[in-house]
Amino acid sequence: MQVFLSQLMLGLVNGSFYAMLSLGLAVIFGLLGIVNFAHGALYMLGAYAAYIGLERFGINYWVALVVAPIVIGALGVVIERLFLRHLYKIDPIYGLLLTFGLALIAEGVLRYSFGVSGQTYEKPELLSGATDLGFMVLPDYRAWVVVASLVVCLGTWFLIERTRLGATLRAGTENPALVQAFGINVPLMVTLTYAGGAGLAALAGVLAAPVIQVTPLMGSSLIIIVFAVVVIGGMGSILGSIITGLALGLVEGLTKVFYPEASSIVVFVIMAIVLMVRPAGLFGKEA
Amino acid sequence: MADGQAIPVAPIAHPAASTAQLSRLGLAVGLAILVLAPFIGLYPVFIMTALCYAIFACAFNLLLGYTGLLSFGHAAYFATAAYMCGWLVRSAGLPPELGIVAGVATSALLGLVVGFIAIRRQGIYFAMTTLALAEMAYFVFLQWRSVTGGEDGLQGVPRGKLLGTIPLAGAPHDKLFGVLPIPDDVVMYFVVLAVFVAVFLFIRRIVHSPYGQVLKAIRENEPRAVSLGYDVDRYKLLAFVLSTAIAGLAGALKSIVLGFASLSDAHWSVSGEVVLMTLLGGMGTFAGPVIGAFTIIGLQNLLSDRVGEWVTVIIGAIFVVCVIAFRRGFVGELLAWLQRRKRQ
Repeated sequence: MQVFLSQLMLGLVNGSFYAMLSLGLAVIFGLLGIVNFAHGALYMLGAYAAYIGLERFGINYWVALVVAPIVIGALGVVIERLFLRHLYKIDPIYGLLLTFGLALIAEGVLRYSFGVSGQTYEKPELLSGATDLGFMVLPDYRAWVVVASLVVCLGTWFLIERTRLGATLRAGTENPALVQAFGINVPLMVTLTYAGGAGLAALAGVLAAPVIQVTPLMGSSLIIIVFAVVVIGGMGSILGSIITGLALGLVEGLTKVFYPEASSIVVFVIMAIVLMVRPAGLFGKEA
Repeated sequence: MADGQAIPVAPIAHPAASTAQLSRLGLAVGLAILVLAPFIGLYPVFIMTALCYAIFACAFNLLLGYTGLLSFGHAAYFATAAYMCGWLVRSAGLPPELGIVAGVATSALLGLVVGFIAIRRQGIYFAMTTLALAEMAYFVFLQWRSVTGGEDGLQGVPRGKLLGTIPLAGAPHDKLFGVLPIPDDVVMYFVVLAVFVAVFLFIRRIVHSPYGQVLKAIRENEPRAVSLGYDVDRYKLLAFVLSTAIAGLAGALKSIVLGFASLSDAHWSVSGEVVLMTLLGGMGTFAGPVIGAFTIIGLQNLLSDRVGEWVTVIIGAIFVVCVIAFRRGFVGELLAWLQRRKRQ
């Protein structure tokens, strides 16, 4: 029972990362029309920002939670201004290819600096314990990851679906020219959206750093699963991507208990099934 | 093409009369170099490897350049055939030609299944779906140790004898015309070259056929192709299967040439590399993917000893530059330049 519950919890932790990344991917795709392959790399860079911050500058975990997303968000501004800006009027596959190139560059640079074997990032002391819930022992850090990412995901959902800023953002998705005519600086909004998505990915990276090995390869292996999550959920709905992400994490955790050999492919199998039954994805809008 | 219609993927390339002459000249020169290559000191194994990737890129180009479908998981078909062929030749003792045929068939079958699932979504979703399904194939190869050897890959695939008579390894002992020494690997080399030329001509034939014209119509404007009464999904699926079969041919041939099939063949970065080869050379052109493949394989060979991990960075940088400033690729830019000059 303990094994079962802890695998389930681990699945939920992974699901939180899927949710945060697919959320950012959906928001960026909505406004920029770009499938950001570099999202995994940004997540990886977030984890490394925390690691380097701790090793070189003695920046602790809690500060890293704030600083890393800001640094990676700033990198996002540079990426958007320098590269993505040129691609809005052409076929979206070029955006995928460009960000793929950026991901390769990031991965290569970090492999050169740190090698492929992982680095360990210590849990913050406050969360290094575990709580006995009676039926299971829950490591505090895992609980924190799930709660923190849920708060962030729902906060993002609230920001986009329930505030004036979010309404402008959504209007920009539908008709950028019209929004611009109302005197809103659309290019700036686009830049900040990409930066926000990048920051979100970096935040997920910092949250992940203590639970997994920090390696240059952590981003690319995650992004492909997140793509599958996005295909399953459909990129149309923000709440949809959160739910799909968490649910698939859980399913993956369950598979680890009952049939561990299939745990690395179960998400892809589900994707294939969903595509057969409901090609637009579970929450997709288009027919 | 974000689930609708948009700007066509491939750059415009309408070879006019004089460019047709030029391209014939270019092809003749290219073929002459390839025929002479092993005799003028070029390392045959390198060129064979590059030719295998050239076949791979041509297969990919049939899909991206002429049909407008971006498959981001072509490594899966390359690797599937490599494993299938390698295993059959090594462990089941099949002759190489049967191994290759079986490899191609397996890849085509996998392509049929994946294609059937993936063409339900268009544009960018198609790319993501093919990538995810290819990753699934990667994990299967990783875990199915008894057949694939897991992380070690499938080592020691013998080249065997072609049609049971012609040994593919080593070289004949006689000298050519009694004077020229025949370099190692020369038999294998010409087999690979022959396959490459056959694939090149085959793809030209497909593209110039009425079927190829329909594919281009789908690339340019899918809704219109639908409204003209074409069963677009069937055309796309056939193109996908053809492309995966040829990608399989490339992989199977590679496992015979190099004597192994490895897990890295199935890695997503290989899927990315074949996109880059096509993009860099010029998608939607016949010679483009070949030039792209030779450039990238040459670059990797040249750089991997000297700069190590930076190869990935350099490949990534080429990707970025290509997408921002060089979307037509070498051949596409050349054709565009010729066209501009003609107009003046």
